[in-house]
Amino acid sequence: MSTTFLTHNKIQLALHELRAGDGQPLLLLHGLGEQTPSVAPSWASSWVGPVCGLDFTGHGATTVPMGGGYSAETMLADTDIALAHLGPSTVVGRGLGAYVALMIAGARPQLVRGAVLCDGPGLWGGATGPTSSSFHSVDPPYSAPDPNALIDLSRDLRPPDYASLFVRLALEHSGLAEPIAVCAVVRPPWLAAVAGEVGVATCTVAEALALYQP
Amino acid sequence: MFTSAPYSAEMTEWANHGVQFPGAQAPAREYDLDIGGVRIAVHEWGDETSDPLFLVHGGFDFARTYDEFAPRLAATGRRVIAWDQRGHGDSEHAALYGWDADIRDAIGVMSRITNRPAPVIGHSKGGALMIQLADAQPFRFSHLVNLDGLPSKRPMSDLADHERSRMMAGDIAGWLDHRRTTSTAMRKSGTLEELAQRRARMNPRLPMEWLRYLVTVGGREDADGWRWKLDASMRMGGFGPWRPEWTATRIPGLGMPFLGVLAGQQEPMGWGTLPNQIHTHLPPGGRLEVLHDNGHFVHIEAPAVVAEMVIEFLERG
Repeated sequence: MSTTFLTHNKIQLALHELRAGDGQPLLLLHGLGEQTPSVAPSWASSWVGPVCGLDFTGHGATTVPMGGGYSAETMLADTDIALAHLGPSTVVGRGLGAYVALMIAGARPQLVRGAVLCDGPGLWGGATGPTSSSFHSVDPPYSAPDPNALIDLSRDLRPPDYASLFVRLALEHSGLAEPIAVCAVVRPPWLAAVAGEVGVATCTVAEALALYQP
Repeated sequence: MFTSAPYSAEMTEWANHGVQFPGAQAPAREYDLDIGGVRIAVHEWGDETSDPLFLVHGGFDFARTYDEFAPRLAATGRRVIAWDQRGHGDSEHAALYGWDADIRDAIGVMSRITNRPAPVIGHSKGGALMIQLADAQPFRFSHLVNLDGLPSKRPMSDLADHERSRMMAGDIAGWLDHRRTTSTAMRKSGTLEELAQRRARMNPRLPMEWLRYLVTVGGREDADGWRWKLDASMRMGGFGPWRPEWTATRIPGLGMPFLGVLAGQQEPMGWGTLPNQIHTHLPPGGRLEVLHDNGHFVHIEAPAVVAEMVIEFLERG
């Protein structure tokens, strides 16, 4: 495994190449509290191009910042920095990474050649609307996975219509007939809404990779 | 953690490069607090032994925008405390920013001062932040005053789906493009006058004399000129799942005395909220005052009127 560090504001993002290859990269996005695996998953063995993984801010070998302030949108920007380095890629996300994969597919439809959404930690996120939930602080020192990330990213709001918007952006601008593939068995409200949109395949990971392999 | 000495009048004049504004007073005490590893700059006016009152500034502002308003409250025998939110004013430029982080920082500062209920006044985004904190931790509030920080439904909500998605696509791509540049971004430098003129575009109703003064307290002079201290990684606009009108849903349940002050004149930094959108959401006994002739920065345009309104509200209970 080789690692490249990319700069996102004050954060050094760890982008790992798990397996070299020619062609369109497969970018893995881990779940909440996880990090990129040390070897390419067996289910990715059929993928022709390189297999890479990004450690989100506060996770794995990426910088752990002071004071929290995490949002799924910031993880989206982490992923965009990785795609600026890799070029057009297929993205596979677990849990939190699945939500981010959906967002990046809509946000950068020319760079994402298919987003595969899988079960994993952080799939649920927070509520779908406002709550009275209180605020919790963890004093430093922090280490990966950042406890502030675990707090902030397990309570980020995920209204279904917000999630659906990213599907529509992906469908409208990617040129792909089915830019999103839902492979997760569990479907929290945001993912149920996504699965019900036009342009979303519901299938196994193997089927999704076959769909997006150039 | 106290890191700086009290200011004297002579130091203030020197620090302000000779730029003065009638009635503006530098804080009596300034110090830093370590909140979760982020350095937060705190500014206080009035007697340190008096009962505390908290002032919370708006987005892209800083604590010393209260230099004229805060002394009026301190003059009534209160210890007035404001802090620069992370990335703003003299506080540290953090790696991450977010609504919840701002609220956690607020709790960090407030709990260092007191854990007893205290009056809290928030302007604009600072007002909206405090509505959420008052809902989540009401025990920190004896009174809540909101200065033109009462959000309402965005006009965008009424757009057709395709138009909304087109605008969102542009907003998201623009924000991501900006994030790609943040590691090297710097605020644009200029003369003191140029910075004041730039701010006038967002604060068109405020006098140039005040905006020049703000440059001296919210900007810093580098070798190539003045630039705002605000973290260059921060950007107006943005996107996310939150809907402004959701903040209004917390207002009816507030249990502490509540005063809302709404600006009647719309301007770039204002939120366009109308009185009829708030009247129906006032908590029992809550008050809404509308300053028809003033814009978003009501406490700067009409400091005497707003200070008198707030003091009367606090003293009446």
